[in-house]
Amino acid sequence: MQPTIPIFCLTLWSLSSQSFSELPQFHLGTPATDQEVAKWNTAIRPDGKGLPPGSGTPPDGHRIYQQRCQYCHGIDGQGGPNDKLVGRVSEDHFPFAEKDAPRKTIGNYWPWATTVFDYIRRTMPYTEPGSLSDNEVYALTAYLLHLNSIIPENFILSATTLPDIVMPARNRFVSDNRLEKQEIR
Amino acid sequence: MNDERRIGRRTFLKSAVISTAGYASASLIADIRQPGLPACEQGTRSPFEQLRKRVGGQMLTYASTPIHQLHGMMTPSDLHFERSHSGTPAISPDSYKLLIHGLVENSLTFTLAELKRFPSCSRITFLECSGNCQDYFKKGPQTTPQELAGQTSQSEWTGVALPTLLRETGLKSKAKWLLAEGGDAALMTRSIPLGKALDDAMICYAQNGEAIRPEQGYPVRLLLPGWEGSSCVKWLRRLEVGDKPWMTREETAKYTEPLLNNTARQFSFVMDARSVITSPVYPAQLEKGWHEIRGLAWSGRGSIKRVEVSVDGGDHWQPATLHGPVLDKAHTRFSLPWHWQGKDTLLLSRVTDSTGYRQPWVKELVAVRGIGSLHYHNNGIIGWRVKSDGCVYYEPVVG
Ligand code: HEC
Repeated sequence: MQPTIPIFCLTLWSLSSQSFSELPQFHLGTPATDQEVAKWNTAIRPDGKGLPPGSGTPPDGHRIYQQRCQYCHGIDGQGGPNDKLVGRVSEDHFPFAEKDAPRKTIGNYWPWATTVFDYIRRTMPYTEPGSLSDNEVYALTAYLLHLNSIIPENFILSATTLPDIVMPARNRFVSDNRLEKQEIR
Repeated sequence: MNDERRIGRRTFLKSAVISTAGYASASLIADIRQPGLPACEQGTRSPFEQLRKRVGGQMLTYASTPIHQLHGMMTPSDLHFERSHSGTPAISPDSYKLLIHGLVENSLTFTLAELKRFPSCSRITFLECSGNCQDYFKKGPQTTPQELAGQTSQSEWTGVALPTLLRETGLKSKAKWLLAEGGDAALMTRSIPLGKALDDAMICYAQNGEAIRPEQGYPVRLLLPGWEGSSCVKWLRRLEVGDKPWMTREETAKYTEPLLNNTARQFSFVMDARSVITSPVYPAQLEKGWHEIRGLAWSGRGSIKRVEVSVDGGDHWQPATLHGPVLDKAHTRFSLPWHWQGKDTLLLSRVTDSTGYRQPWVKELVAVRGIGSLHYHNNGIIGWRVKSDGCVYYEPVVG
């Protein structure tokens, strides 16, 4: 049996509050405490929502990088056994759909600087995610942004300065439009 | 046919008896049998059937389903393809909880037992990694469907409809997106449009009649029918309701398709229609005569309307038989009888789904999107070259 739940037009991605409110309620589940929410509510948005207190600079990040990241990502983020983290392409060209395209990196492909912070804090170092302090994550983010020539060496990265950074690929991303027509897209 | 098989089995049992018990004088027509193994608590595959996933990735973070060694539309749970970003975590069902918060009226946590108390729903649907077939151009002739296209599998999934849970928490009027977060080491996150969550999203705790396998997200995973596997977050621990997407690494740096017009396509969730022949394929060795061409077809946009097969490299196409049930967003089996005369030829399949979308040639995709975009969502037509000596090889159809 398929679930009998209201069907909404996918492309609109909007909620028809009427049919939703007609669903029955079962009053199961426990109200979440503020601590429970705070403990897991760590995702960072492009507007900076969710960024914690703290700060760091590229030189701080360089030191941490050498100890905790370099053996997988190479000297100066040039790539080791794992992903290359540094690389730029010319401003007027985004060559990744072409044959023999360059490797995608933070500097040439990531549209938001907040994603760098969020991802490092969430997932890196690969073998011990969660082990970095927020200051260390700011410092590592600053170091990688500096290596990609996005911020200067003396930049102090914090919850106020990070969301204002404009990444080179900021305006490259468009939402999926395949379903609008039958043609191959 | 039946008789032949029985004789074969008898002969086999008889020779087993002779060799194990040493009854050298046993009459050739005697049919002496011995009881088999007693009933057991847990069945296993016949020792004659050695089915294996194929593990890969530098960090061993994926494993592909042997689709060419399976029959029917369902994938045995232990052979369901795997993809993770930090390995399979061990999560205790007793300490498990799902947190839903953000733009809701009430932030709630649900235990596994509570999730199971809600009205349940089940559906059969495929799950496919959007990186399936990403080595289309790289693979050599000695490539099996498992190696090329084994990042797809099908199960019956059971759980609670996501709208049922969101009805408990309530939604604020600005709610537009959900963030789904896994409880794996990577805390994998994806932003999901609320429209999908309220359409057919499920919070699943069971797969093929039992608890979800650890590699599939035990104890709970998100299921978004027809959408790329990475959005169906496994080991789901948190859903945050918001008004904008979060732009996580897995929806910016990864799982996006650069296009030829200097942009990159993002939130390309829907899996386009694909068909793949699973027999005869590499490493088969054909004899002249009758063969059944078999395969699987599916579409994230709807159900399968038609599969066509060409046995002459695309000059002519014949409709294949679809084997029911033909379900929405589900692997559908197809077949076509074929008499091979011993000539070199190329076998192809192509699918058209219920929305009228047809599986493209790879050259069409390259022309519209660019070859560099085909790392994800490459659903181009796949070829199998039958050589005149009967050997079958994978062949990318690029011309
Ligand atoms: C044991 C090896 C290892 C270590 C140590 C490690 N990483 Fe990684 N890193 C990886 C792997 C593997 C991936 C790819 C993971 C994936 O794709 O799911 C990755 C991905 C990344 C990415 C995303 C790259 C991209 O283009 O998508 C960033 C950024 C990153 N790591 C930063 C760091 C930082 C900063 C550190 C040090 C704190 C670090 N890593 C330590 C293995 C490692």
